[in-house]
Amino acid sequence: MAELTAVVGIGQTKYEAKRDDLSMPGLVREAAERALADAGCSWADIDAVILGKAPDLFEGVMMPELFLNDALGGAYKPMLRVHTAGSVGGSTAIVAASMVQAGIHDRVLCVAYEKQSESNAIWALSISVPFSLATVAGAGGYFAPLVRGYIRRSGAPEDTGIRVAVKDRQNALRNPLAHLHLEDISFDLVANSPMLWDPIRYLETCPSSDGACALVMEKESLASRRPDKVAWIHATEMRSEPTMFSGRDQVMPRATLDNAKNLYRKAGITNPRREIDCAEIYVPFSWFEPMWMEGMLITERNQGWKMTYEGATAMDGDFPVNMSGGVLSSNPIGASGLIRFAEAARQVRGRADQHQVDGARKALGHAYGGGSQYFSTWIVSSEKP
Amino acid sequence: MNAHDTSGTEGDGSPVTVLRAPIVLEYEYSAGQSASRFLRAIAEGRLLGQRCPVDGRVYFPSRGSCPQHAVTFGDEVVELSDKGTIVTFSIVRVPSKNIPLELPYITVNVLLDGADTILMHVLDADLDDVHMGMRVQAVWKPREEWTTSTENILFFRPIDEPDADYDSYKEHI
Ligand SMILES: [Zn+2]
Repeated sequence: MAELTAVVGIGQTKYEAKRDDLSMPGLVREAAERALADAGCSWADIDAVILGKAPDLFEGVMMPELFLNDALGGAYKPMLRVHTAGSVGGSTAIVAASMVQAGIHDRVLCVAYEKQSESNAIWALSISVPFSLATVAGAGGYFAPLVRGYIRRSGAPEDTGIRVAVKDRQNALRNPLAHLHLEDISFDLVANSPMLWDPIRYLETCPSSDGACALVMEKESLASRRPDKVAWIHATEMRSEPTMFSGRDQVMPRATLDNAKNLYRKAGITNPRREIDCAEIYVPFSWFEPMWMEGMLITERNQGWKMTYEGATAMDGDFPVNMSGGVLSSNPIGASGLIRFAEAARQVRGRADQHQVDGARKALGHAYGGGSQYFSTWIVSSEKP
Repeated sequence: MNAHDTSGTEGDGSPVTVLRAPIVLEYEYSAGQSASRFLRAIAEGRLLGQRCPVDGRVYFPSRGSCPQHAVTFGDEVVELSDKGTIVTFSIVRVPSKNIPLELPYITVNVLLDGADTILMHVLDADLDDVHMGMRVQAVWKPREEWTTSTENILFFRPIDEPDADYDSYKEHI
C-alpha cells in the first residue's frame, strides 16, 4: 500500500517575458525558496530534489540538473531530472510524489522552469532531420492542422477558440503572477489579431515566458500534523504513445483517453464533471480547452466546445477551467505543467486568493506534450481519500 | 543593451544584460537499412513503403519497424503513387530560420494513394482554394538534381480530380 502524500508548500515566480534580473539558477532558487517558506521548511529538511524542464535545446544548456544542483540545495542528496516534452512539469510532480508514495523519501522538493528569453523555442521545435524537408514551424505549425481536424469533426463554431482566449485572459487579471495582464481583452481584440497558423490567431496562442514553480511534498504522518490545509494527492497518471503510426488519432489520442480512465479509477471518481470542482488544463492554443474536455472525459465526444459556449468552464461555471489564466497567460514551458498541478493544489487548500473557486475540495491538474503524445495528470483534494 | 556576440561590442554605456553565444553542433547521421533503401529509391523517383506484419498497414516513409506494434517489417516493399489526398492543413505566417519557404505557405498532411500513414509536406496552391479532401500530386525537382532526400519533391500541387470522400481519410486526421 502506497504512502498517502500531500503537497504542503507551493512557490512560484512572477512570470514575465524576460526575467533579466535573475540567472537560471536565480530563477529556480526564487520558486524553491518560496515553496520552502510556504511549507515552513529549511533546505536541510529536504530529502531529495526532482527537477524538470523542456528540451535542453531551448536554452542550449545541456544537463541543467548538474548546473542547478547547488542552487537547489542538491549537495549530497539524490537529484533527478525529468523530461517528457511539454508535459514535463506534470510528470516531474508525479515522479516526485512517487518518491514519497513509495516510502523512499519523507519529504521532497520538486522544481520546474524555463527561461524562454534565453531560448528560441520555435527553432528548437523545428529541427530538420537529414534527407528531409522541414515544414513544421514550431508547436503551432504542428497543432494547427489538428485543430482544423477537431473543428471538422465536432462541427464546433469557429469562434470557440476566441471565447477560450478571452476567458483565460480575463481570469489572468485576477492572478498577479500571470505574465499577460491584458486589461483591454475582448472578443474583437482576439478575433482581429493576426492569423499565425490558420486557424490559430496570435491571441489564441500562449506567450513566451520566464519562470519557475516549486512544490514541497510530504508523507502522511508529517503532513497530518500541519495546522494548515494541505493538498492530498488522490491519484496520479501518466501515458505516452508514438508521434506517428497508422490510424493514430492525433486529435483525440488513445493515450489521453486511457490516462483519464485510469486516473478516475484510481481516484474513485465515477462522474468527473460532477465530482471535480475545478481544473487546470494545459491549453497552449485556445482550442485545446474543448479538445481536452473531451480527452479528459469531462464531456462526450465532439461536445467539448459546448462547455466553452455555455460558460461551463468560466470562473462561475459548473466546471471552471484555468482560473489562474492558464498556459495562455503564462508559459515558461518546462514549468507550465507543474503550474497546472500547483494551481490545482492551491485551489483545494483554499489559497488561490483572487482566483479561488469557492469551496473547491477536489481539483484536476493536467499537462500534455510532444505531438499530443505525453499526458500527465493528478487529482488533489482538501480531504484524505 | 544586448551584446550580439561574444567578441564584445561598442556599447551605448548601458549594462550588458544578455550575451549571445552561438553553439555549433556537428554530428554523424546513420540512416539505417530501411531508411537507406527508401532514400536510394527516392533518388530514382520511386516512393517505397513497407507493410506492418501485424495489421497490414503501409508505412511511408518507413523506418523499418512499426511504432505501434514494436515489430520489424520484412523485406517486402510497396511502391506508392505520388498522388494523394489532403487530410488536413494549415496556412503558416510564422517564420522559422530552419524552414526555407516564403511566407505565407501551406503545410499539408497528405495521405498518398496506397499508404496508410500521412506525409507532412507543403502545397503550392491558392490560399483560398486549399481544403480537406483535395486531390494533389507531387511536383519533383528536375531529374538531374535528385538526391537521396525527400526534398526531391519540391511541393504538392492540386490536380483535376474530384475531392476524396471524408470517410476515406478521416481516421488519418
Ligand atoms: Zn503495426
